[in-house]
Amino acid sequence: MDLGLIISSAVKIIGFVFLMLMPMIAYIIWVERRFLAIIQDRIGPNRVGIPWTNVGLFGLGQPIADGLKSFLKEDFTPGHVNKFYYVIAPALVMVPALLTCAVLPFGRDLVLPFLDEPIRLVIADLDIGPIWIFAIASLGVYGIVLAGWASNSKYPFLGGVRATSQMISYEISLGLSIIPVLLLFQHLNLNDIVRYQSEHGWLLLPMWGDGWSVQRWLYLIPAGVAFIIFVVSMFAETNRTPFDLPECETELVAGYHTEYGSMKFAMFFMGEYAAMIIGSGLAVTLFLGGWSLPFGLDALVLGVFSDTWFSWVPALLSTGIFFLKIVCFMLFFIWVRGTLPRFRYDQLMKLGWIIFFEAALANIFIAAGILMFA
Amino acid sequence: MPLPLFILFSALTLGFAVAVIANRNPVTAALCLVVSFVGLAALFIGLSAFFIGIVQILVYAGAVMVLFLFIIMLMDIEEEERKHFDRLRTAGGIAVGIGVAFLIGGVLWDFDYGKASLDDVPVQFEAAITLREADADSGIVRSANATAALREGRLKDVALVGEKLFNDYNLHLQMIAVLILIATIGVVTLGKKDSPAPDSGSSGGDKASES
Repeated sequence: MDLGLIISSAVKIIGFVFLMLMPMIAYIIWVERRFLAIIQDRIGPNRVGIPWTNVGLFGLGQPIADGLKSFLKEDFTPGHVNKFYYVIAPALVMVPALLTCAVLPFGRDLVLPFLDEPIRLVIADLDIGPIWIFAIASLGVYGIVLAGWASNSKYPFLGGVRATSQMISYEISLGLSIIPVLLLFQHLNLNDIVRYQSEHGWLLLPMWGDGWSVQRWLYLIPAGVAFIIFVVSMFAETNRTPFDLPECETELVAGYHTEYGSMKFAMFFMGEYAAMIIGSGLAVTLFLGGWSLPFGLDALVLGVFSDTWFSWVPALLSTGIFFLKIVCFMLFFIWVRGTLPRFRYDQLMKLGWIIFFEAALANIFIAAGILMFA
Repeated sequence: MPLPLFILFSALTLGFAVAVIANRNPVTAALCLVVSFVGLAALFIGLSAFFIGIVQILVYAGAVMVLFLFIIMLMDIEEEERKHFDRLRTAGGIAVGIGVAFLIGGVLWDFDYGKASLDDVPVQFEAAITLREADADSGIVRSANATAALREGRLKDVALVGEKLFNDYNLHLQMIAVLILIATIGVVTLGKKDSPAPDSGSSGGDKASES
């Protein structure tokens, strides 16, 4: 096999997953706590800074301290659990969540002055991007089911059952909601989708290139409906408030991870946040232009830096933009958590099966009609 | 596909398929089937059939088996007890197994295509492009997008499969759709409880879901 491909893939995996995604998971948790504190008129974790000094740094050391704490805690396994499944369940939540990021394009093609070919800033440039994400994400259910079942106790079992039926139900509307998007782009490769949006206007902001057409502006209706269904279904898929019934404290203690502690609990926690980040990444990629700048500024940036020793700047800039968009989207996630109360379980199921499923189906026909006649 | 990967994923698929029937714990058996499906999907992907591989994971590993597992856990099916087999049945089972093995072996022995390795039979992009252009000229719908991708040496198998299904096998596809619709209606009818006359009040829906 090609050695260059192996090396560049390894660098991309380490760079994207371990140097960008994992620290982001840790710091998003800190951001969430601070942001929720602001919403609730508290201060939040603001003390942990540099050890043995009084420098607080707004509590930026908190994630590191939390991580250390999880590792150093006693790794207690209750006596009544099914040991094998109890141990692998947290990994089965974490691994699929991280695998899905393989097809997310996190930047424009990196052009290095001393290399002939540009490096594509995506780990696996597959032509089936969104389907890959849905397929692998659907494997994440096993971790939750097994956690609930292997714990051999009532609350985790109920939490596991709830999580499973919730995730299976919302997978359908999640998958159907992006079909209008794919109808317009006619690509299944996420990098092609972003490149198209960079040239012809983002799906939800068609204001440059040939985005100023009647068709694209009419298409805002199905695209908007698709975006709403996609985002709400994503909240349900990642078990976030207002759909966090699997771990709803007032009824189920802590749901499927009631019997877990120390690093095993932290794995569930990190898996949930990884799934949130990847979900936001997919939403940004499909609807909000991925790594591209708005208003056709991409071509400008590319023109300034091409054929110079700084030809790598646009790629780096686009990566920064992609992560900025993800952070904004995550802030929206947190804002919703701080604002909305929890749904009741039958309301949740009714919303998924009776409203979103039908709306997504009707939306496909509207989108196809606009593409055909306008 | 590199040979080591093929051996790895074949072993994974077959090994866990054996584990499905060898395990007495139903949950373990179901999970072994999931791993077997994932191995099968990896084999498909290794043969450049990305779409089929991913759908294998999405449908079988991600949806069907989750429901299986769900039911096993909800019904709380106990571990299978060690049964006493009588000799005649065991001998009959072994005889049938050997017979099937011989049958499959015989078919495989005569199967000449298996002797060429995949590296010797690359995807024939040139032939595909000329064929598609001829089809497009004679008025059959052929996605220009997919043809352009073929020129770059990329196989857009989702577009190709969809094109084939919706153009060449449209009638068959619609017949399958009707069949699935009938099945869905059947499931709804069978699953519907005989409920008393619907309560025409605003709280009717909530009461029904609580019961």
